[in-house]
Amino acid sequence: MTMPLTGPLLSVEDLVVEHRTPGRPVVRAVAGASLRVAAGEVVGLVGESGCGKSTLARAVCGLHGTASGRILVGGHPVTPLGLRRRDRALTGVQMVFQDPYSSLNPRRRVGAQIADGLRTAGDTATQPADLLERVGLPRAFADRFPHEFSGGQRQRVAIARALAARPSLLIGDEPISALDASAQAQVARLMRDLAVESGAGLLFISHDLSVVRLIADRIAVMYLGKVVETGPTAEVWADPRHPYTRALLAAIPSPDGAGVLPAELPGDVPDPADPPAGCRFHPRCPLAMDVCREREPDFGPVACWLHAPEPPASS
Amino acid sequence: MSAALTIEGLRVSIGGREVLHGVDLTLEAGRVHGLAGESGSGKTMTGLAVLGLLPHGSESSGRIEFGGRDLLRTPERELDAVRGAKIAMVFQDPSTSLHPMLTVGRQLTEHMRHHLGLGRREARERATGLLAKVRIPGPEEALKRYPHQFSGGMRQRIAIAVALACEPEVLIADEPTTALDVTVQAGILRLLRGLCDDLGLAVLLVTHDLGVMSAVADEVSVMKDGLVVETGARGQVLREPRHPYTRSLLDALPVPPGENSP
Repeated sequence: MTMPLTGPLLSVEDLVVEHRTPGRPVVRAVAGASLRVAAGEVVGLVGESGCGKSTLARAVCGLHGTASGRILVGGHPVTPLGLRRRDRALTGVQMVFQDPYSSLNPRRRVGAQIADGLRTAGDTATQPADLLERVGLPRAFADRFPHEFSGGQRQRVAIARALAARPSLLIGDEPISALDASAQAQVARLMRDLAVESGAGLLFISHDLSVVRLIADRIAVMYLGKVVETGPTAEVWADPRHPYTRALLAAIPSPDGAGVLPAELPGDVPDPADPPAGCRFHPRCPLAMDVCREREPDFGPVACWLHAPEPPASS
Repeated sequence: MSAALTIEGLRVSIGGREVLHGVDLTLEAGRVHGLAGESGSGKTMTGLAVLGLLPHGSESSGRIEFGGRDLLRTPERELDAVRGAKIAMVFQDPSTSLHPMLTVGRQLTEHMRHHLGLGRREARERATGLLAKVRIPGPEEALKRYPHQFSGGMRQRIAIAVALACEPEVLIADEPTTALDVTVQAGILRLLRGLCDDLGLAVLLVTHDLGVMSAVADEVSVMKDGLVVETGARGQVLREPRHPYTRSLLDALPVPPGENSP
């Protein structure tokens, strides 16, 4: 794919995505999130359910309209997907969905579904079986139907279909959460390896931090529609700075046999239709200060008043 | 410590195919017994067999001893007096295990009135107390609401309250936190552990997550292909596994290289 590679592959700036239901208040699922993914980079997007991470992914694919902000893929703005053929420049964005039981067509052979991807990329040399081989399935499986596969195998087929279109940006929206525990790490690693191998960027969305830690170069933590902390995976893991990131990491039980109950983050995620004033995390934050209740920390890489960049000269 | 429930040589076959090949388990009051294994290993079937909820056309043999009788040989009608009253279950997905069109109050009181023969008002009072026990904010108002008006974690708390309503002796929790976020999971695990300690419940915790297992279970059993391959104290099974399969499960956990040497 010919793309002017100036700057990051994917750049999301101040993105706002709203869900509108008649008779209900507007829900800001994504409320000013910014994110970058470079070519060949794996970015893990984590957060609790309802924080807007899937909505962000859908907006990047053009599956959901945006209210404001910009999404650029390789310099091209992403437009919502319509009935017409997708702009060539945007077929480089491919998605692997959460549930491989519903994302594959049950009535078509998997080979034919992978061939759709190849046709998108105008690739006449590659066979669907070649792609099955790349995702670790036997070539002969191209003649089978989705129901003949297990969950992990189906997700491999979905990955093969996404790769067939020669993506420059691969998006995985909770691609492993519907799989068996034993298949999760394998499929996640496979996605990483295949994306990095082909030089594509990977935006990997998951609520499973231990898997994200395994495959991501960078982590972005999302809370209630905003990215609250980004940084290299090892750094965030060793020294989480945002209180929310700390709470997320502390809640993971470790299989050490010691019988330690994980720390609990009290409270629920607030209603995105009515977010709290000031910092969005302050009602649940153990370290909330006065300033947190009044002003929203809108800076990075750690959106928390405890980690504000150098205070302005006024102080 | 007395055994609250004993499973001996439980075999279950469905449609002529044997899925459990002789499972032995002992649950003790006030203890959490964890049952680990990959999907398809028979964890859930074991839990369902205890409640007599196996799919139609399945055959079972062996013994499940509870309160001096063998549950596998108890007539359905008598089993109904045990199920939901003495032995309760919490399922994986609280968004499907609760009835979407009944209020929380109705779901909490219906079986109490049936099993315990309580009046409407008495049952309501108990239900309010139960919701407070599982820490649902505003229990009085919560009774009038429907499941979709609660978050996933709150729904699972309600499902636990439903299970606890008739003061069971045995609680079977089948992947109770798998559908939840880690932060919410931590709360549910604390709740389960607290209930087990306070009420002297015997808990069978079915989970594939060895981290969860390590956090709350006292004893751990590992299942593979319809057989329990290893049983022991939590610390022993997770730190010094004897069976190669347990070791392979522990090795499959995502731990980045060069991280496991403190």
